[in-house]
Order: sequence, then C-alpha cells, then structure tokens
Amino acid sequence: MSQEKSAIKKIRATGAMREVMAEYFAELDEAAKTGSEKIAWCTSVGPAELLRSFGFLVYFPENHGALLGATRMAADLIPAATAAGYSPEICSYLTSDVGSYLSKTTPLTRAFGMESVPKADVLVYNTNQCRDVQDWLGFYEREWGVPMLGIQTPRSVGDLSDAIVGGLIEQHKALIPHLEEISGRKFDIDRLREVMASSHRCTQLWREVLRLATHRPSPITFFDCTIHMGPAVVLRGEERAERYYEVLIAELEERIADGVGAVDDESLRFYWEGMPVWGKLRDHAEQFAGHRACVVASTYCNSWIFDALEYADPFEGMARAYTEIFIVRSEDFKQGYMESMVRDYAIDGIIFHDAKTCPNNSNNRYGLPLRLREQIGTPFVVIDGDLNDLRLYSEEQARTQFEALVEQLQEQPA
Amino acid sequence: MNDPLYCGVDVGASSTKLVLLDQSREVRGHSIRRSGVDYAATARACLDEAIGAAGAEAGQVRRTVSTGYGRRNVDFSDDTRTELHCHGVGCYHHFPSAITIVDIGCQDNKIIRLDESGRRVDFKMNRKCAAGTGAFLEEIALRLDVELEELERLASSTTEAVRLNSFCTVFASTEILSHLRRGEPLANLIRGAFASVVNRVAEMDRLDGEVVLTGGVVAHNPTTAEIFADKVDGEVKVPPDPQFSGALGAALTALAQEEKNA
Ligand code: SF4
Repeated sequence: MSQEKSAIKKIRATGAMREVMAEYFAELDEAAKTGSEKIAWCTSVGPAELLRSFGFLVYFPENHGALLGATRMAADLIPAATAAGYSPEICSYLTSDVGSYLSKTTPLTRAFGMESVPKADVLVYNTNQCRDVQDWLGFYEREWGVPMLGIQTPRSVGDLSDAIVGGLIEQHKALIPHLEEISGRKFDIDRLREVMASSHRCTQLWREVLRLATHRPSPITFFDCTIHMGPAVVLRGEERAERYYEVLIAELEERIADGVGAVDDESLRFYWEGMPVWGKLRDHAEQFAGHRACVVASTYCNSWIFDALEYADPFEGMARAYTEIFIVRSEDFKQGYMESMVRDYAIDGIIFHDAKTCPNNSNNRYGLPLRLREQIGTPFVVIDGDLNDLRLYSEEQARTQFEALVEQLQEQPA
Repeated sequence: MNDPLYCGVDVGASSTKLVLLDQSREVRGHSIRRSGVDYAATARACLDEAIGAAGAEAGQVRRTVSTGYGRRNVDFSDDTRTELHCHGVGCYHHFPSAITIVDIGCQDNKIIRLDESGRRVDFKMNRKCAAGTGAFLEEIALRLDVELEELERLASSTTEAVRLNSFCTVFASTEILSHLRRGEPLANLIRGAFASVVNRVAEMDRLDGEVVLTGGVVAHNPTTAEIFADKVDGEVKVPPDPQFSGALGAALTALAQEEKNA
C-alpha cells in the first residue's frame, strides 16, 4: 500500500479563523464576568437568530463538546458524569461536558484563557437533533437555576407539512415574551430580519466552501471543514463569520486555479457519513492522505446550510430552516440526499461512522448502507467508534477497514 | 536448489503464520508461532523456521508481503496488504469461484465476498468485541479450566448444544457456570459455546452462495464447520490449513506482484 502518514496541508486562513473564534470567546468571557451582556446557551440548530435579535451573546455547548473531544479530555471527564448518574451510553458530548463542569476543567482555559464556560442567563434547545440536548441543558437549569426554553420538533420527517411548519412557527413565537423578559428588550422584527439575512449569507458562503470540494482535486477535506465550520456554527448571523468565509473561499479558489489539491495526487474520493471521531481527526486525515484518498463530502458539515432562512416571514424561515436538515428527516429523504451527494461529488466509497453514543447521527443502523449500495452501487464500510468517547473506538479495526476499502477500489486481487 | 521463493506472513493478534511459495504456487514451507510482544522478532523466527523446513536459503526469498494486525511491524516485508485482501486471495486459490469467506480469528471475524473472478465485492468486520471470536473460546476454556485442545474433543462428542444467551464473553462464562451447577454435561456446554461463536458470526451479514470457512478457530475446532453448515443449511467448505489462508494469500500476492513487475 501507499505510505500511511502524509503531511496535512495547512490552510493559511486558519490564523484568521482562530482570531475570529478568540474574539468570540473573549466577548463571552467578558460578559460572563461583568454581566455587561446577557448570554444565551443554544443548541447547534436552535433559534440562534432569534436570540441574537434580542442582543444575547450566543454560546453553543456542542462546540464545547467538540473541543473536549478534539483535545481528548473527554475520556477522563466522562466518568465524572457517569458517577453523577449519566449513563456512558448517552450522548458523549453531554457526558463529557457535564463531566467537565463537575471537574471544573475546560479546554477553553488553554485555548482562550477562560477559567470556565460562560454562565447562561437562559438555556434554549431545539429537539430537532435529539432528546439529549434537552437533558443536557436541563443539567444546567438545575445547577444554576436559570430558565430553560425549548422547541420540540418531530423527527423522521418526510415532507415538511403545513401542520408541522405551523406548529413550529407557533412554538418560536411563544418564546418571545420569555426572551423579552430575560433580555429586558422588546422584540424587534426588523432586527430579526437583519440577523437572518446575515445568517443566510453565511450559510451561502459556507455552502460555497463545501461546493468547491466537487473540484478534482478537491482543495479541502472533510477534516479541514470540521475545523473551519467553527464560525458558521457559533457566529452565524454576525458579519464577521461572512467575512471569514470570503477569505477562506479566496484561498480555496487559488488552490483550484493552481491545481493544488488538499491531498497530494488525489485518486479516490470518499463521503463521510456521521460525526467525526474528534480525538482522531488528525490521524484520520493523515491515513486518508497516505492512501491518496480525499474525504470530500459529509453529512455533518452540510448540516449547517439553512436555505430557508431567506423566507419573507422570518418565523416560517426559522421553522423550515431548522427542520429541513438531514438529521430531522426520514430514511427515504436521507437516501435520496446521499444519492445526489454521491453523484455531485463523484464519490468512490462511503465511510459510515457508527457513533455508539449518538444514534441520531449514525445512519447505518436502519439498513441505509445496503439500500444505497443496491441503488447506486457505492461500496462502503461501517466503522465503530464515537464522537468523543475514545474508549468506544478501535483504532486498528478502523484503520484496517479504511485500508481494505481503498484496496478494493484500487485493484484486482492477485 | 536456488529457485526463487515468495513469502507471505500474517501477523495476527494471537499467532503469526508464514508461508513460502515457489514460482509454481506450491507451498514449500510454513510455520506458526505465538505472536508474543515482539512482532518483528516472531516474524523473523517464523521465516527462519520455514526456510529450514523448505531446505532453502534466505537468499532465495525474492519478495515478502505481510498482512494482519502487525503487518507494519515486519521489517523484511516489501509491501503490506490487509487481512481482507489476503484471506480473499488465499481462499480463492483453493476455491476459484464466487465465494463468501467467513474468517473466525482469535480477536476478530471477517466476512469477505468475492465474485467469479476473485474480485472482492464487499467485506465486513465484527464490531469491536471479542464475542464470537477465538478469544471467546479461550476465555471459556480458562474459566472452566479445560485445555484448549480439549474443546474440540468435547464438542464433537455430543450433538446437544446448550443455548447460551449472553453476547458478552464474561457473562457467557458465568452463564456456563450456572448451567454446570444445574448438572448440564460439560460437553453440551462446550458445543453450545461453539454454536454461540457460529451464531455471532452468522448474524454479521447475509451468507449466500458458497461459504468458505477459514481462520484459527476452524483449524483447531473442525466441529465449528459442522455447526456452521447446519446453521446456513448447506455445505461449508474449509480450505486445507485454514489458519494459513491469510499468509498464503500474502505469498500469492508477493508472487503476483513480482510477475507483474517482470
Ligand atoms: S445529536 Fe448526538 S452528538 Fe449531538 S447532542 Fe444529540 S446525541 Fe449528542
């Protein structure tokens, strides 16, 4: 086989991204310490736009979860949550974050000089992705005695019916009086429209970043994208996120013009279905590059594209945008979506990550890989692992499976 | 005699297997040892032993391909291939048709599907758990204080298999102990343990077409093949020296690579 390790090509814009992220966390830290601004915690595809329109600084606990995974602190912290009654089989973002809180340690200290996560004035979830988010914020609700608000979204949705959308619109509107009271500000629909327009522009730019990976060779990998999606996750609705993606796109276009691929001599193109194994991001990036394989597309990174934010009625826009995403949808929708991704990105093989503690992002469990292969013939492997809990991941098994898939695609047996 | 030889070495988590082939694809020597902790040294020792058995000299070995868990630790290897590749090639050598290979190893299981031409169509590895692997049988032998070699004799001495329910190796051992306390004969329990291995493997994938069973478990415990055949309601083929399928596939790959480059 080709060599295993290969250098990862650095994206120059990374420095600019770090600055944007550092600024974002510095503001949260300042607000938490001085009370200068109110802080809302929000799940990844919760009503962040609505919260920003009230002037809240928005903090995303899942971003903290990913940091706990990427820094490999999670495995040491999860036991603290387990001891506090949270099963090691539930979301390992939740357990590592709760463990981090109970152990009074956070990767934000090393990364951004923060002593702790910024305390919330309000906790807001949307169950569009899973029930765990509600239980997760519920921990802090009890811990801090701050209000928790939420949107209950149905799951496994095929077509978004008027009944579903209508119900969600009502739920979003029902948040307003609470948010007015907590923020001390009147709801301002024009301000909401501005935030949503900015969020929509950010979404469009992020989509453009991902679309550039349809080029051969691709200028960016899935592993790069999981890092560079940071601003789209935590700063959507703020102009600085837009400015960042303009810088990133310019650099990727330059790579395309110069014929430079993210992986040298790209020969195979993969799709990653499921969450990253955060603590193994670098290893995985190197392994694929070593096989001259580029993971060019994923469900995960595409989940931060919200077309419907441009709806004339901002409430309908939010209701649709937060419900249209992959994780909320039916198996048929998911299959159709992946079929078109495989075509658009000229995918040779699919990696399904069965993340033990997140059934919601593990789409191998109801027969989808086999149905997809029957329909479009794309070979796949399923690796057993987890987003954060590396105790559930078998390094050698995953490595052998990646390599065997590459072999299968590259050659005839002797 | 200084005709060229081709070496395949399969460094498994438990044992290291090595095969030497000549140009006409005849096995000239083979060896097997516990992998131990120093994979490189074990592989070398296997090589020396096989060269001795073949009555050959080290200089005759033209090319080596290594495979298995420790494939990257073999310092005399020219190339590496996964176990999935090598088991496929090794089994296809004996059964050149569309086959489904079931490999039950010490720590993992694989199902590999080949088409008529020997091309791999797909594969599957077990989830990361020892249930249904050789390690399961080793653990049970240990807990029951039965020699590993005794397992086959006991399992083949009966047709009754006690059903074990637990997925987990440790719980299954406890389950066996409680059956023993209730007076169930040991042989029926060991056969039950074999059946449990077969069931775990059979549920990994659809097993259609011609099934070839390979790996260390069937090599030491041929009764597993019999139980497997019952399970899939058909014939199950076992290649000669099933434990060496991976090493043989690696040696065949080494030879094929040499032929391609010639
Ligand atoms: S979607 Fe999965 S990873 Fe995300 S919060 Fe829910 S359970 Fe955790």
